[in-house]
Amino acid sequence: MWEYTDKVQQHFLNPQNVGEVEKASGAGEVGSLACGDALKLSFKADANDIIIEAKFKTFGCASAIASSSVLTEIMIGKSVDEALKITNEDIADALGGLPKEKMHCSVMGREALEAAIADYRGLVLPMAEGEIVCECFGVTDLDVIRAVNESNLRSVEEITNFTKAGGGCGKCEDRLREILREAVGKKAEVVNLDPPPKRMTTLQKIKQIEEVLEREVRPGLKKDGGDIELIDVDGDFVTVSLRGACKSCKKSQTTIKEYVEKKLRELVLDNLIVEEESQ
Amino acid sequence: MTNVRDEIVYMDNNATTMVAPEVVEVMIPYLGNLYGNPSSMHTFGGLVGQDISDARRKVADLIGATPEEVIFTSCGTESDSTAILSALRTFPEKRHIITTRVEHPAVKSLCENLEMVTGHKYRVTRLKVDAEGMIDIDEYEAALTEDTVIASIMWANNETGNIYPVEKMATMAKQRGILFHTDAVQAVGKIPLDLKNLDIDFLSLSGHKLHGPKGVGVLYIKRGTHFVPFLPGGHQEHGRRGGTENVASIVGLGKACELAAANMEEENTRVKRLRDRLEEGLLSGVSQSRLNGHKTDRLPNTTNISFEFVEGEAILLHMNQHKICASSGSACTSGSLEPSHVLRAMGVPFTAAHGSIRFSLSTYNSEEEIDYVVEKMPPIIELLRKMSPFWKGN
Repeated sequence: MWEYTDKVQQHFLNPQNVGEVEKASGAGEVGSLACGDALKLSFKADANDIIIEAKFKTFGCASAIASSSVLTEIMIGKSVDEALKITNEDIADALGGLPKEKMHCSVMGREALEAAIADYRGLVLPMAEGEIVCECFGVTDLDVIRAVNESNLRSVEEITNFTKAGGGCGKCEDRLREILREAVGKKAEVVNLDPPPKRMTTLQKIKQIEEVLEREVRPGLKKDGGDIELIDVDGDFVTVSLRGACKSCKKSQTTIKEYVEKKLRELVLDNLIVEEESQ
Repeated sequence: MTNVRDEIVYMDNNATTMVAPEVVEVMIPYLGNLYGNPSSMHTFGGLVGQDISDARRKVADLIGATPEEVIFTSCGTESDSTAILSALRTFPEKRHIITTRVEHPAVKSLCENLEMVTGHKYRVTRLKVDAEGMIDIDEYEAALTEDTVIASIMWANNETGNIYPVEKMATMAKQRGILFHTDAVQAVGKIPLDLKNLDIDFLSLSGHKLHGPKGVGVLYIKRGTHFVPFLPGGHQEHGRRGGTENVASIVGLGKACELAAANMEEENTRVKRLRDRLEEGLLSGVSQSRLNGHKTDRLPNTTNISFEFVEGEAILLHMNQHKICASSGSACTSGSLEPSHVLRAMGVPFTAAHGSIRFSLSTYNSEEEIDYVVEKMPPIIELLRKMSPFWKGN
């Protein structure tokens, strides 16, 4: 089962603005039955170019429906120019996040929005002019490059999660890898696709751990009247001590493993083991 | 812990089944004080060995085998791999395997691996199915060659419930000196089978599909069929599968097989009637819905229905709000981006495959539950269709 946020569930079970806007200023349709999801978005703008009404019809899973629903909420009240700036990340963020395999639902939302605005302005969609890379899902190279740049994608798997490209027969994987290499290479900060395992001196480790504890961990604990102190770092073993309310908390072990260790692994080194100082 | 099962309507028995209370009861002592190792010399362990023998006999009775033909494994997937790899090692000079396009991933992925990992040293023929999901026996016959090592054909399909003519297919293989394996994980316990007079060399079954525990499976190896172990180790299972026995689960599986034999008639009468009532209720209650699978050659507990123009995951999550459990062949539920390979092989249009829901019943289902589902489904489909850009009304 997918792990959907409450916000996704809420928008899925009680979708807002379902339907089609009558005498719409602009309408866009993306996706298809064969692809497994499709979205038809229509809106009405007033004389000042402000979106006063937006509606959707979606064929797709819970996250596709929720993405469409939340998109209409974000759009309404914005000027058309402002609405064009809405990214798929904005849609996903408004839902409190989407499972990574479902990010393409938020991309579909943004694509429909662009198509609807292009329709309103009588323009041709730039993305449609690209060369089709993934025939299974009709994804162009321009779609892929844009997703790579906008969402900072670094692997073919991520491209599939965001655009669906490569998710069918898989024949285009090599081409996707090529596009990825080119797109990433063009950017100023070139990221190595397969970074070697990080090596750090103990001093560097301590410094970074302190930083992460201060920035990411402590504020959360302090909210609950607790605190944390770094005691020692020995190789991959990090010893900490919980203070204040955390000290007597029954869930302190969970706090350390599920929260502190997770954060440190994510932001410092992924093989760190966090332990509580023995009493 | 509360008994969740009392609050839900469980119609996902092809995914897994409730462990029968009688099964739980016989397992408990082996998770407690009866912890002896059946291989030990002392009576304490030796008695456990006898209980395993009892379980083995019960499994054998259910499928018409002798206890010596039954080895315990960890799951259906292990049984499948064991059978096929044993065949390949038995005839190392032969390079051809026959299977179907609708096989469970346990066999499907193994065959793909055998092609890829060995640089296509092995050749795999995947039999086509027609629109109702049935195999063409002539295509099968034509595929049997001198180079063929083994044919692995599922007894019943997990998604549609379709039953394949494995008895006949096994005989055709045997006449040509080809080994025959069947993944009977979905068939065992649901339809009567009697291996005694059949030409099936290997058969896989899984405990948790017939109200037994998870983590235990069986491989039936016909007497006289050459066998190469998959998991060498100690002398457990007469040296055919190493590893200390999963005693509690094996004893539980024995009990589950005994219960399945006793419930076989009910499964094929009462449960079948419930299934038919559900199927008719849904097909007539929801316009533009269709059955996926064969009308008659099908497991008594399974129905797979497509609701056009709506998507399976969305349907399932709405069903979940009513505590109804089932499965879908849609892309979104599979974790991949394409709908079920079974429905695609049958040529079910993508539009219908995405909106497919599989209901699989058991003897624990009641008429009230069927009526409840028949009542709840149409409004769910209607709600989602109203939201669908493809729905043009009736």
